Amino acid sequence: MSSDTTTATSGIGPVEGGAGTAYGVDNPAPVIEAPRKRTAKTPRSTRGNFEMAAWLFMRLSGIVLVVLVLGHLLIQLVLDGGVSKIGFAFVAGRWASPFWQIWDLLMLWLAMLHGGNGLRTVINDYAERDMTRFWLKMLLYTATVFTVLLGTLVIFTFDPNIR
Amino acid sequence: MATPVMDKVEAESAASPYITVTFRVRRFNPEVSAEATWEDFQLEIDPKERVLDGLHKIKWDLDGTLTFRRSCAHGICGSDAMRINGRNRLACKTLIKDINPEKPITVEPIKGLTVLKDLVVDMEPFFQAYRDVMPFLVTTGNEPTRERLQSAEDRERFDDTTKCILCAACTSSCPVFWNDGQYFGPAAIVNAHRFIFDSRDEAGEQRLEILNDKDGVWRCRTTFNCTDACPRGIEVTKAIQEVKRALITRRF
Repeated sequence: MSSDTTTATSGIGPVEGGAGTAYGVDNPAPVIEAPRKRTAKTPRSTRGNFEMAAWLFMRLSGIVLVVLVLGHLLIQLVLDGGVSKIGFAFVAGRWASPFWQIWDLLMLWLAMLHGGNGLRTVINDYAERDMTRFWLKMLLYTATVFTVLLGTLVIFTFDPNIR
Repeated sequence: MATPVMDKVEAESAASPYITVTFRVRRFNPEVSAEATWEDFQLEIDPKERVLDGLHKIKWDLDGTLTFRRSCAHGICGSDAMRINGRNRLACKTLIKDINPEKPITVEPIKGLTVLKDLVVDMEPFFQAYRDVMPFLVTTGNEPTRERLQSAEDRERFDDTTKCILCAACTSSCPVFWNDGQYFGPAAIVNAHRFIFDSRDEAGEQRLEILNDKDGVWRCRTTFNCTDACPRGIEVTKAIQEVKRALITRRF
Protein backbone atom coordinates (compact mmCIF):
# COMPACT_ATOMS: atom_id res chain seq x y z
CA MET A 1 0.00 0.00 0.00
CA SER A 2 2.77 2.40 0.86
CA SER A 3 4.51 3.68 -2.19
CA ASP A 4 7.93 5.19 -2.67
CA THR A 5 7.93 5.40 -6.44
CA THR A 6 9.97 8.36 -7.54
CA THR A 7 9.00 9.48 -10.98
CA ALA A 8 8.61 12.25 -13.52
CA THR A 9 12.25 13.13 -14.14
CA SER A 10 13.66 11.99 -17.41
CA GLY A 11 16.10 9.15 -17.10
CA ILE A 12 18.00 10.16 -20.22
CA GLY A 13 21.48 11.19 -19.16
CA PRO A 14 23.87 13.46 -21.06
CA VAL A 15 25.71 10.41 -22.38
CA GLU A 16 22.67 8.92 -24.06
CA GLY A 17 20.92 11.97 -25.34
CA GLY A 18 23.25 14.94 -25.13
CA ALA A 19 22.64 17.71 -22.63
CA GLY A 20 18.98 18.63 -22.62
CA THR A 21 18.15 17.34 -26.09
CA ALA A 22 14.96 15.36 -25.99
CA TYR A 23 14.40 12.50 -28.36
CA GLY A 24 11.76 13.04 -30.98
CA VAL A 25 11.02 12.51 -34.61
CA ASP A 26 13.99 14.58 -35.72
CA ASN A 27 16.32 13.32 -33.01
CA PRO A 28 15.65 9.60 -32.63
CA ALA A 29 17.08 7.69 -29.70
CA PRO A 30 20.00 5.39 -30.57
CA VAL A 31 19.02 1.82 -31.27
CA ILE A 32 20.45 -0.74 -28.84
CA GLU A 33 20.44 -4.13 -30.48
CA ALA A 34 19.36 -7.08 -28.38
CA PRO A 35 22.03 -9.72 -27.74
CA ARG A 36 22.10 -12.57 -30.26
CA LYS A 37 20.20 -10.48 -32.81
CA ARG A 38 21.43 -11.03 -36.37
CA THR A 39 22.76 -7.75 -37.72
CA ALA A 40 25.17 -6.76 -40.45
CA LYS A 41 27.95 -6.75 -37.86
CA THR A 42 27.30 -10.31 -36.71
CA PRO A 43 30.12 -12.60 -37.85
CA ARG A 44 28.92 -15.37 -40.13
CA SER A 45 30.25 -18.11 -37.95
CA THR A 46 32.01 -18.14 -34.62
CA ARG A 47 32.30 -21.92 -34.60
CA GLY A 48 35.56 -23.74 -34.49
CA ASN A 49 37.50 -26.13 -32.37
CA PHE A 50 39.61 -23.47 -30.63
CA GLU A 51 37.44 -23.21 -27.52
CA MET A 52 37.28 -26.99 -27.27
CA ALA A 53 41.07 -27.24 -27.58
CA ALA A 54 41.50 -24.53 -24.96
CA TRP A 55 39.11 -26.33 -22.62
CA LEU A 56 40.91 -29.65 -23.09
CA PHE A 57 44.30 -27.99 -22.67
CA MET A 58 43.23 -26.53 -19.32
CA ARG A 59 42.32 -30.00 -18.00
CA LEU A 60 45.38 -31.80 -19.30
CA SER A 61 47.93 -29.12 -18.43
CA GLY A 62 46.34 -28.85 -14.99
CA ILE A 63 47.00 -32.53 -14.29
CA VAL A 64 50.62 -32.27 -15.44
CA LEU A 65 51.14 -29.04 -13.49
CA VAL A 66 50.03 -30.66 -10.24
CA VAL A 67 53.03 -33.00 -10.50
CA LEU A 68 55.45 -30.39 -11.85
CA VAL A 69 54.60 -27.57 -9.44
CA LEU A 70 54.25 -29.69 -6.30
CA GLY A 71 57.54 -31.45 -7.14
CA HIS A 72 59.17 -28.08 -7.78
CA LEU A 73 57.93 -26.65 -4.47
CA LEU A 74 59.02 -29.76 -2.58
CA ILE A 75 62.54 -29.65 -3.99
CA GLN A 76 62.97 -25.91 -3.67
CA LEU A 77 61.40 -25.29 -0.28
CA VAL A 78 61.29 -28.50 1.79
CA LEU A 79 63.94 -31.08 0.95
CA ASP A 80 67.63 -30.76 1.78
CA GLY A 81 67.75 -27.58 3.83
CA GLY A 82 64.74 -25.85 2.30
CA VAL A 83 64.76 -22.33 0.91
CA SER A 84 68.12 -21.41 2.50
CA LYS A 85 70.05 -23.58 0.03
CA ILE A 86 68.81 -21.71 -3.03
CA GLY A 87 71.46 -19.59 -4.67
CA PHE A 88 73.19 -19.11 -7.99
CA ALA A 89 75.23 -22.26 -7.45
CA PHE A 90 72.14 -24.34 -6.69
CA VAL A 91 70.37 -23.22 -9.87
CA ALA A 92 73.52 -23.70 -11.94
CA GLY A 93 73.92 -27.20 -10.54
CA ARG A 94 70.36 -28.18 -11.38
CA TRP A 95 70.42 -26.75 -14.89
CA ALA A 96 73.56 -28.71 -15.68
CA SER A 97 71.22 -31.68 -16.11
CA PRO A 98 68.90 -31.77 -19.16
CA PHE A 99 66.23 -33.41 -16.98
CA TRP A 100 65.76 -30.28 -14.85
CA GLN A 101 66.04 -28.06 -17.90
CA ILE A 102 63.13 -29.88 -19.51
CA TRP A 103 61.23 -29.93 -16.21
CA ASP A 104 61.54 -26.16 -15.80
CA LEU A 105 60.86 -25.47 -19.46
CA LEU A 106 57.71 -27.59 -19.39
CA MET A 107 56.59 -25.95 -16.18
CA LEU A 108 57.18 -22.48 -17.60
CA TRP A 109 55.25 -23.10 -20.81
CA LEU A 110 52.36 -25.01 -19.26
CA ALA A 111 51.95 -22.65 -16.31
CA MET A 112 52.07 -19.52 -18.49
CA LEU A 113 49.66 -20.87 -21.10
CA HIS A 114 47.38 -22.35 -18.44
CA GLY A 115 47.30 -19.10 -16.48
CA GLY A 116 47.07 -17.00 -19.62
CA ASN A 117 44.12 -18.99 -20.93
CA GLY A 118 42.45 -18.80 -17.54
CA LEU A 119 42.80 -15.03 -17.50
CA ARG A 120 41.53 -14.91 -21.08
CA THR A 121 38.29 -16.59 -20.02
CA VAL A 122 38.06 -14.28 -17.01
CA ILE A 123 38.41 -11.25 -19.31
CA ASN A 124 35.85 -12.72 -21.73
CA ASP A 125 33.42 -13.25 -18.88
CA TYR A 126 33.86 -9.96 -17.07
CA ALA A 127 34.83 -7.25 -19.58
CA GLU A 128 31.64 -5.53 -20.64
CA ARG A 129 32.76 -3.40 -23.56
CA ASP A 130 34.40 -4.77 -26.69
CA MET A 131 37.28 -2.31 -26.59
CA THR A 132 38.03 -2.99 -22.92
CA ARG A 133 38.01 -6.67 -23.69
CA PHE A 134 40.28 -6.26 -26.70
CA TRP A 135 42.92 -4.15 -24.91
CA LEU A 136 42.94 -6.28 -21.77
CA LYS A 137 43.53 -9.35 -23.92
CA MET A 138 46.27 -7.62 -25.87
CA LEU A 139 47.99 -6.72 -22.59
CA LEU A 140 47.60 -10.30 -21.41
CA TYR A 141 48.97 -11.81 -24.63
CA THR A 142 51.93 -9.43 -24.63
CA ALA A 143 52.81 -10.26 -21.03
CA THR A 144 52.44 -13.99 -21.64
CA VAL A 145 54.55 -14.07 -24.78
CA PHE A 146 57.21 -11.86 -23.19
CA THR A 147 57.50 -14.02 -20.06
CA VAL A 148 57.52 -17.30 -21.99
CA LEU A 149 60.17 -16.11 -24.44
CA LEU A 150 62.36 -14.56 -21.75
CA GLY A 151 62.19 -17.69 -19.58
CA THR A 152 62.93 -19.97 -22.53
CA LEU A 153 65.87 -17.82 -23.52
CA VAL A 154 67.30 -17.97 -20.00
CA ILE A 155 66.93 -21.74 -19.71
CA PHE A 156 68.61 -22.41 -23.07
CA THR A 157 71.39 -19.84 -22.89
CA PHE A 158 72.19 -20.16 -19.20
CA ASP A 159 75.92 -19.86 -18.61
CA PRO A 160 77.14 -21.06 -15.18
CA ASN A 161 80.46 -19.25 -15.64
CA ILE A 162 78.91 -15.81 -16.13
CA ARG A 163 80.91 -12.93 -14.62
CA MET B 1 -2.91 -36.68 27.78
CA ALA B 2 -4.73 -36.80 24.46
CA THR B 3 -7.42 -34.32 25.35
CA PRO B 4 -5.28 -31.17 25.71
CA VAL B 5 -3.64 -31.87 22.37
CA MET B 6 -7.01 -32.10 20.67
CA ASP B 7 -8.05 -28.81 22.27
CA LYS B 8 -4.94 -27.11 21.02
CA VAL B 9 -5.47 -28.26 17.43
CA GLU B 10 -9.07 -27.08 17.49
CA ALA B 11 -8.10 -23.71 18.90
CA GLU B 12 -5.53 -23.20 16.20
CA SER B 13 -7.80 -24.16 13.37
CA ALA B 14 -10.43 -21.77 14.66
CA ALA B 15 -7.97 -18.88 14.46
CA SER B 16 -7.51 -17.02 11.20
CA PRO B 17 -4.87 -18.56 8.94
CA TYR B 18 -4.05 -15.18 7.47
CA ILE B 19 -0.82 -13.38 8.24
CA THR B 20 0.46 -10.01 7.14
CA VAL B 21 3.21 -10.26 4.56
CA THR B 22 5.23 -7.48 2.95
CA PHE B 23 5.90 -7.86 -0.75
CA ARG B 24 8.84 -5.75 -1.94
CA VAL B 25 8.38 -5.57 -5.69
CA ARG B 26 10.86 -4.13 -8.19
CA ARG B 27 8.82 -1.67 -10.24
CA PHE B 28 9.87 -0.25 -13.60
CA ASN B 29 7.80 1.80 -15.98
CA PRO B 30 9.75 3.27 -18.91
CA GLU B 31 6.97 5.79 -19.58
CA VAL B 32 7.38 7.29 -16.13
CA SER B 33 11.02 6.93 -15.16
CA ALA B 34 14.16 5.29 -16.42
CA GLU B 35 14.93 4.13 -12.89
CA ALA B 36 13.59 0.96 -11.35
CA THR B 37 12.42 1.33 -7.74
CA TRP B 38 11.34 -0.94 -4.92
CA GLU B 39 7.73 -0.67 -3.82
CA ASP B 40 6.30 -2.27 -0.70
CA PHE B 41 2.86 -3.83 -0.51
CA GLN B 42 1.33 -5.20 2.70
CA LEU B 43 -1.25 -7.90 2.34
CA GLU B 44 -3.19 -10.40 4.39
CA ILE B 45 -2.49 -13.81 3.00
CA ASP B 46 -2.60 -17.46 4.00
CA PRO B 47 1.04 -18.62 4.27
CA LYS B 48 0.02 -21.79 2.45
CA GLU B 49 -0.74 -19.72 -0.64
CA ARG B 50 1.82 -19.01 -3.33
CA VAL B 51 3.77 -15.91 -4.25
CA LEU B 52 1.71 -15.71 -7.42
CA ASP B 53 -1.47 -15.46 -5.32
CA GLY B 54 0.14 -12.54 -3.49
CA LEU B 55 0.94 -10.83 -6.79
CA HIS B 56 -2.67 -11.42 -7.90
CA LYS B 57 -3.92 -9.81 -4.70
CA ILE B 58 -1.72 -6.80 -5.36
CA LYS B 59 -2.82 -6.50 -8.98
CA TRP B 60 -6.51 -7.09 -8.34
CA ASP B 61 -6.98 -5.22 -5.07
CA LEU B 62 -4.13 -2.79 -4.48
CA ASP B 63 -2.40 -1.62 -7.66
CA GLY B 64 -3.71 -2.63 -11.06
CA THR B 65 -0.63 -1.29 -12.83
CA LEU B 66 1.59 -4.11 -11.53
CA THR B 67 2.65 -6.05 -14.61
CA PHE B 68 3.80 -9.65 -14.70
CA ARG B 69 3.41 -12.73 -16.89
CA ARG B 70 1.50 -15.81 -15.95
CA SER B 71 -0.60 -18.21 -17.94
CA CYS B 72 -1.40 -21.57 -16.41
CA ALA B 73 -0.40 -20.69 -12.83
CA HIS B 74 0.45 -24.35 -12.15
CA GLY B 75 4.13 -24.64 -12.99
CA ILE B 76 3.80 -25.91 -16.56
CA CYS B 77 3.69 -22.92 -18.90
CA GLY B 78 6.91 -21.34 -17.62
CA SER B 79 5.63 -17.76 -17.83
CA ASP B 80 6.16 -16.54 -14.29
CA ALA B 81 9.82 -17.17 -13.59
CA MET B 82 11.04 -14.33 -11.38
CA ARG B 83 13.68 -13.58 -8.82
CA ILE B 84 12.06 -14.15 -5.42
CA ASN B 85 14.21 -13.41 -2.37
CA GLY B 86 17.26 -13.33 -4.64
CA ARG B 87 16.67 -16.72 -6.25
CA ASN B 88 15.08 -17.57 -9.57
CA ARG B 89 11.84 -19.43 -8.97
CA LEU B 90 8.39 -19.87 -10.46
CA ALA B 91 6.00 -17.61 -8.52
CA CYS B 92 3.30 -20.27 -8.96
CA LYS B 93 5.39 -23.00 -7.33
CA THR B 94 6.75 -21.00 -4.37
CA LEU B 95 4.70 -21.14 -1.17
CA ILE B 96 4.79 -18.07 1.09
CA LYS B 97 5.55 -20.24 4.15
CA ASP B 98 8.68 -21.63 2.50
CA ILE B 99 10.43 -18.28 2.03
CA ASN B 100 10.30 -16.74 5.52
CA PRO B 101 7.22 -14.46 5.47
CA GLU B 102 8.41 -12.60 8.60
CA LYS B 103 10.77 -10.58 6.42
CA PRO B 104 9.73 -8.67 3.29
CA ILE B 105 9.58 -10.93 0.25
CA THR B 106 11.51 -9.37 -2.60
CA VAL B 107 10.21 -9.96 -6.11
CA GLU B 108 12.32 -8.89 -9.09
CA PRO B 109 12.38 -9.62 -12.81
CA ILE B 110 14.88 -12.29 -13.88
CA LYS B 111 18.34 -10.91 -14.57
CA GLY B 112 20.26 -10.67 -17.83
CA LEU B 113 17.29 -9.88 -20.05
CA THR B 114 15.98 -6.38 -20.79
CA VAL B 115 13.15 -5.38 -18.48
CA LEU B 116 10.15 -4.09 -20.42
CA LYS B 117 7.89 -3.26 -17.48
CA ASP B 118 7.84 -4.30 -13.81
CA LEU B 119 8.42 -8.07 -13.88
CA VAL B 120 8.13 -8.53 -17.64
CA VAL B 121 11.39 -9.02 -19.55
CA ASP B 122 12.18 -9.29 -23.24
CA MET B 123 12.55 -13.03 -23.82
CA GLU B 124 13.61 -12.66 -27.45
CA PRO B 125 17.38 -13.30 -26.97
CA PHE B 126 16.48 -16.37 -24.91
CA PHE B 127 14.22 -17.79 -27.60
CA GLN B 128 16.70 -16.85 -30.32
CA ALA B 129 19.29 -19.08 -28.64
CA TYR B 130 16.62 -21.78 -28.33
CA ARG B 131 15.79 -21.61 -32.04
CA ASP B 132 19.49 -21.67 -32.91
CA VAL B 133 19.94 -25.23 -31.62
CA MET B 134 17.15 -26.59 -33.89
CA PRO B 135 14.81 -27.93 -31.20
CA PHE B 136 12.87 -30.26 -33.48
CA LEU B 137 13.21 -33.82 -34.75
CA VAL B 138 15.37 -34.10 -37.86
CA THR B 139 15.29 -37.35 -39.84
CA THR B 140 16.06 -38.58 -43.31
CA GLY B 141 14.32 -41.16 -45.48
CA ASN B 142 10.66 -41.96 -45.80
CA GLU B 143 8.18 -40.96 -43.18
CA PRO B 144 7.01 -44.05 -41.30
CA THR B 145 3.28 -44.73 -41.40
CA ARG B 146 3.18 -45.22 -37.65
CA GLU B 147 4.97 -43.88 -34.57
CA ARG B 148 8.75 -43.83 -34.48
CA LEU B 149 9.31 -46.53 -31.88
CA GLN B 150 12.05 -46.31 -29.29
CA SER B 151 13.15 -48.61 -26.51
CA ALA B 152 12.59 -47.59 -22.92
CA GLU B 153 16.35 -47.36 -22.37
CA ASP B 154 16.79 -45.04 -25.36
CA ARG B 155 14.00 -42.86 -24.02
CA GLU B 156 15.54 -42.86 -20.54
CA ARG B 157 18.80 -41.46 -21.94
CA PHE B 158 17.36 -37.97 -22.42
CA ASP B 159 14.37 -38.18 -20.09
CA ASP B 160 15.67 -35.48 -17.74
CA THR B 161 15.97 -32.80 -20.40
CA THR B 162 12.47 -33.37 -21.81
CA LYS B 163 11.07 -31.74 -18.68
CA CYS B 164 12.17 -28.22 -19.67
CA ILE B 165 9.34 -25.65 -19.76
CA LEU B 166 11.46 -22.77 -21.16
CA CYS B 167 10.86 -20.50 -18.19
CA ALA B 168 14.40 -19.01 -18.47
CA ALA B 169 15.07 -19.44 -14.74
CA CYS B 170 18.32 -21.27 -15.53
CA THR B 171 19.60 -19.00 -18.29
CA SER B 172 18.89 -15.86 -16.28
CA SER B 173 20.69 -17.31 -13.25
CA CYS B 174 23.88 -17.92 -15.24
CA PRO B 175 26.66 -15.39 -14.49
CA VAL B 176 28.19 -15.93 -17.94
CA PHE B 177 24.87 -15.07 -19.57
CA TRP B 178 24.55 -11.95 -17.39
CA ASN B 179 27.67 -10.42 -18.88
CA ASP B 180 26.88 -9.92 -22.55
CA GLY B 181 24.00 -12.28 -23.30
CA GLN B 182 25.91 -13.92 -26.14
CA TYR B 183 26.29 -17.28 -24.41
CA PHE B 184 23.74 -19.83 -25.61
CA GLY B 185 22.59 -20.32 -22.04
CA PRO B 186 21.68 -23.48 -20.15
CA ALA B 187 18.13 -23.72 -21.49
CA ALA B 188 19.21 -23.83 -25.14
CA ILE B 189 21.85 -26.47 -24.35
CA VAL B 190 19.31 -28.54 -22.38
CA ASN B 191 16.97 -28.52 -25.36
CA ALA B 192 19.81 -29.42 -27.72
CA HIS B 193 20.71 -32.27 -25.34
CA ARG B 194 17.14 -33.55 -25.57
CA PHE B 195 17.62 -34.15 -29.32
CA ILE B 196 21.34 -34.95 -29.44
CA PHE B 197 20.77 -38.01 -27.24
CA ASP B 198 17.49 -39.02 -28.91
CA SER B 199 18.06 -42.26 -30.84
CA ARG B 200 15.41 -41.26 -33.42
CA ASP B 201 17.10 -37.98 -34.31
CA GLU B 202 19.75 -37.70 -37.02
CA ALA B 203 21.04 -34.15 -36.65
CA GLY B 204 22.96 -34.65 -33.43
CA GLU B 205 26.27 -33.94 -35.11
CA GLN B 206 24.88 -30.71 -36.56
CA ARG B 207 23.67 -29.57 -33.14
CA LEU B 208 27.01 -30.44 -31.57
CA GLU B 209 28.68 -28.31 -34.23
CA ILE B 210 26.35 -25.41 -33.37
CA LEU B 211 27.21 -25.73 -29.67
CA ASN B 212 30.94 -25.94 -30.47
CA ASP B 213 30.64 -22.18 -30.93
CA LYS B 214 32.77 -19.51 -29.25
CA ASP B 215 29.69 -18.80 -27.12
CA GLY B 216 28.62 -22.43 -26.92
CA VAL B 217 29.07 -25.08 -24.24
CA TRP B 218 32.72 -24.17 -23.61
CA ARG B 219 31.67 -20.96 -21.88
CA CYS B 220 30.01 -23.01 -19.13
CA ARG B 221 31.91 -22.52 -15.85
CA THR B 222 30.00 -25.24 -13.96
CA THR B 223 28.79 -22.90 -11.23
CA PHE B 224 25.62 -25.02 -10.90
CA ASN B 225 23.42 -21.90 -10.68
CA CYS B 226 21.23 -23.37 -13.41
CA THR B 227 20.73 -26.69 -11.62
CA ASP B 228 19.82 -24.81 -8.42
CA ALA B 229 17.40 -22.53 -10.25
CA CYS B 230 15.54 -25.10 -12.35
CA PRO B 231 11.95 -25.35 -11.07
CA ARG B 232 11.58 -28.71 -12.82
CA GLY B 233 14.59 -30.23 -11.07
CA ILE B 234 16.50 -30.85 -14.28
CA GLU B 235 20.20 -31.53 -13.72
CA VAL B 236 21.09 -28.76 -16.12
CA THR B 237 24.82 -28.60 -15.45
CA LYS B 238 25.10 -32.35 -15.90
CA ALA B 239 23.36 -32.09 -19.27
CA ILE B 240 25.81 -29.39 -20.38
CA GLN B 241 28.76 -31.54 -19.35
CA GLU B 242 27.30 -34.48 -21.28
CA VAL B 243 27.20 -32.32 -24.38
CA LYS B 244 30.85 -31.36 -23.76
CA ARG B 245 31.78 -35.01 -23.40
CA ALA B 246 29.90 -35.91 -26.59
CA LEU B 247 31.75 -33.15 -28.43
CA ILE B 248 35.11 -34.57 -27.35
CA THR B 249 34.41 -38.29 -27.55
CA ARG B 250 32.55 -38.20 -30.84
CA ARG B 251 35.47 -36.51 -32.55
CA PHE B 252 38.53 -38.29 -31.25
